[in-house]
Amino acid sequence: MSDELLNFSCIELRDKIASGQVSSVEATKAVFSAIDEIEPVIGAYISTFKEQALKKAKEVDANIASGKNVGLLAGVPVAIKDVLCTTFGATTCASKILENFHAPYNATVVQKLLDADAVIVGKTNLDEFAMGSSTENSGLKQTVNPWDSERVPGGSSGGSAAAVAARMCFSALGSDTGGSIRQPASFCGVVGLKPTYGRVSRYGLVAYGSSLDQIGPLTKTVGDTALMLNIIAGHDSKDSTSVNEDIAPLADYMAELDRPVEGLRIGIVGRLNIGADGSVQKAIAEVIEVYKNLGAELVEIEMPHFDYAIASYYMVATAEASSNLARYDGVHYGHRTAEPKDYIEVYSKSRQEAFGKEVQRRIMLGTYALSSGYYDAYYLKALKVRNLIRGDFVKAYQKCDCIMMPVSPTTAFKVGEKIADPLTMYLSDIYTIAANLAGVPSISVPCGFDENRLPVGLQILTPAFSEDKLLRIARMYENQTKWYEERPELINK
Amino acid sequence: MFLVPNKIAIRTMTENTQKISRADVEKVAKLARLQPSEAEVEEFTRQLGAILEYVEKMNELDTEGVEPLAHCLPVSNVFRDDEVKESLGTEKTLANAPQRDGEFFRVPRILDDSNA
Repeated sequence: MSDELLNFSCIELRDKIASGQVSSVEATKAVFSAIDEIEPVIGAYISTFKEQALKKAKEVDANIASGKNVGLLAGVPVAIKDVLCTTFGATTCASKILENFHAPYNATVVQKLLDADAVIVGKTNLDEFAMGSSTENSGLKQTVNPWDSERVPGGSSGGSAAAVAARMCFSALGSDTGGSIRQPASFCGVVGLKPTYGRVSRYGLVAYGSSLDQIGPLTKTVGDTALMLNIIAGHDSKDSTSVNEDIAPLADYMAELDRPVEGLRIGIVGRLNIGADGSVQKAIAEVIEVYKNLGAELVEIEMPHFDYAIASYYMVATAEASSNLARYDGVHYGHRTAEPKDYIEVYSKSRQEAFGKEVQRRIMLGTYALSSGYYDAYYLKALKVRNLIRGDFVKAYQKCDCIMMPVSPTTAFKVGEKIADPLTMYLSDIYTIAANLAGVPSISVPCGFDENRLPVGLQILTPAFSEDKLLRIARMYENQTKWYEERPELINK
Repeated sequence: MFLVPNKIAIRTMTENTQKISRADVEKVAKLARLQPSEAEVEEFTRQLGAILEYVEKMNELDTEGVEPLAHCLPVSNVFRDDEVKESLGTEKTLANAPQRDGEFFRVPRILDDSNA
C-alpha cells in the first residue's frame, strides 16, 4: 500500500485523505520510511521535521474526522527549498555562513502552505545561495540524481527535484533565477514551473538576483502544479515586487486545466534547438508531433537576441548578488570569524571562511561589473541587451501562443563533470535564462528519456501572467503521454 | 548561428585572456570584503577572465538608443500610508547575533587610539 500511496499525485492524495481512504498520518509515515530508505543515497534534504510533520498530520486527520473545513493541501507531505525562511529548523541556503541561522519569520509561501494544511516534511538541498546548475555548490552536502546516482540532479533546486522524483515528498517548492526550478525538474523527470516575475510573493526568500528570482513548485504532474500555484500565487503587501491583482488578475489555475487550447500556435526557434544533444532534439521533435496531432500549428520564430541571454544574465545576476550578499557581514547573523584582528576582518575573514568558491566568484564578478570604469561596458550594456531580449518575446508572441524548446542542451551530467569549469556550467543554462530576463512564465514538463534512461524536459513559455494558458498547454501533452507514470530504477522495486 | 555551448567553452578556456589582471582581482576582492589566498587570486583571475571574454559577446549588438531594463514589472513605486506597524522587536532581531551585548550587536573596536 505505502508504495502505491507514494505514487499518488498531490490531488489524488488530498482527495483520498479528505474521503478517509488514506490518513495523512499514514501518508506522512510512508514518506518518512522512504526517506529512511533512500535519503542516505540521494541526499536531497538538509533538514527533516518528523515529529512536527506527524503532529500536523494527526491534526489534519482529526479535523477531517470531525467534519471541520480544511485547506487545499490538507494532509499532503511537501518539502521546501532551504532558501525559504521558516521559524522552525534552520534556514541555511546550503551555506556555511547561515548554517545555524534561525529565521524570525516564515516566508509568505511557507505560511500559505501551512495555512493550506500541508505537512512540511523537510527543507531541501541546493547550490549555495541558489548559485549553480548541479547542486554541487552546496556548502553542506551532495545530492545525486534518483535516475542515476553518479549524476547530478541539476540545480539549484536539485534537492527539491530529487525529493519529488524519489517519492520522498509529494511536491516541493523551489526558486528560479536562471533556470533553477526548470533544469533540475528536467534532469529528474518532474514538472517544474517558474511563474511570471511578480506572481508569487518572495517575502522570506533569501535574495540572489532580485530582478530575476521567482518561487515556484516542483511536482509529479501539471495538475499538481496548478494546485500549488493556486495556493502560493497572489499579491503580498510585504513584497513590493508582487504584482497587484487589479493589474494582473489571478486565475483559478485548476478550473479549466483540462480544456485544450484551440487553434494553438507553437513558436519554434529552429536554429536554437539544433544546439542540443541528439537525444534531446529527438524528444522535442516527438513532442511537436504530439501537438500537431492535437491540431496545433507550428510557427517559425526568430528570437535574434536569445544567444546573448547568458552574457546579459551573468552580469545582471552577479551584480545583484554582489549587492544582496553584502548583508552577510559577521555582525547581524551568520558565521563570524573566531579572532578578527580588526573590524574589517569581521567582514572579510568571516565571508572568506564561510562562502564557497562559486558564491565568491559571483560576488567578485558582480562587484567588478558595477565598479567604476566598467559599469557602462558590462552592467549597463547587459540591461540594454536584456531589453532587446524582452523585445524578442513581445514580437514572438504576436505570432504564436507559446514557445517550445528544450530545458537543457543535455540530460543530467556526471557529478564532477563540469564543476572545475564555471563557464561551461553557465553555458548549460542557455535555454532557461531568457525567461528570467524577460520575466515571463515557463514550465518544464517530462518528455521522455535518452538512451541512458535519463529524463528529458520540454520547456514551454507563454506571455507574462498567462500561467492558466501555459498550464493548459502543458496538460494537453501530459494527458497524451503520461510520462509521470515512469519511476526511477533506484526506487522501482 | 547558434553556437553549441561546449564548443564556446573550449575556445575560451584555451586562450590566455587578459580581460582582468591579478591586481584587478585583488582590488575587487577588497571591495567585496573577501580575502582570497594567492592561489585563489590566480584561479579567479583565469576564470573571471574567461567569463568576461565570453560576456563581451554583447558588444556584437548595437544598443544605441535602447533603454536599460532593470526589471520587467508593470509597476514603479509602491506606496502605503505612513503608519506604525508591528515589527520584529529587539529580542528576535538580536537572536541570531554572533555576539551581543544586552540590546546591542557587539563588534570589535572601530576607532583605535591612534585615530583618537
